[in-house]
Amino acid sequence: MSITIATTLDLKGLSCPMPIIKTAKAMKALAPGDLLEAFATDPGSVPDFMAWARATGNPLVESTQDGAVFHFILKKKEI
Amino acid sequence: MSVNTIEKPPLAQFVEQLAEKKPEQAEKLVIFAWSGELDKIWPTLILATTGAAMGKETTVFFTFWGLFPLVKNQVRITGENWMQKMLSTMNRGGDQHLKLSKMNFAGAGPAMMNHLAKEHHVASPHELMEAAKEMGVHLIPCQMTMDLLGLKREDLIDGLEDPAGATKALADAQGAITLFI
Repeated sequence: MSITIATTLDLKGLSCPMPIIKTAKAMKALAPGDLLEAFATDPGSVPDFMAWARATGNPLVESTQDGAVFHFILKKKEI
Repeated sequence: MSVNTIEKPPLAQFVEQLAEKKPEQAEKLVIFAWSGELDKIWPTLILATTGAAMGKETTVFFTFWGLFPLVKNQVRITGENWMQKMLSTMNRGGDQHLKLSKMNFAGAGPAMMNHLAKEHHVASPHELMEAAKEMGVHLIPCQMTMDLLGLKREDLIDGLEDPAGATKALADAQGAITLFI
């Protein structure tokens, strides 16, 4: 089984609350089990992505940092 | 025939109920937007759009000064009588004409704030209002204060729900996270 990313979002430069709003919108279009990847530069997006994942039940599979860019992978929850 | 039931002492019953209770998450967010200033409407709209993004049924009730940001930007004077007209002259409506609650400096404060926001890619109240509509946030003006302040439905932006009263606001707020901003 290979990991395929269904959608990639470039959220670099955006500030709260836009990274989460764009992510929530994009997640709506995905099928259960699909992965969404997002790149952001707002340091506040790290706790925000964690909180959003916990509150909505869509698991945050990965949260890493490369220099000033934060990388997140979310998995759309199974219904 | 009577049925004998052994009544538990109330305290033990209460503790048992507490233990059974799962930590629930509020599924609703209701914000009472009472202030009309830029620095109050901005967080109101940030929280409303974020609430919707978190899957919460989100409602914003606009009342008193909070109604003026809903006035169309191109509408200058509102009201029927001289008092209401004077009010709108001194307190211009529209989400692009908002004042700061402190350091307004005759409009220089908001201009600088908007400039900074653009530089930091922060969505403006106008953009957030559009996002809120798109995300299905219920934007409800308060009927009584509309009448009081002389604001008519056609003075206000499109995409709002029907004006309502305090009962509707409190009924929606039942079991919700409630904020008064």
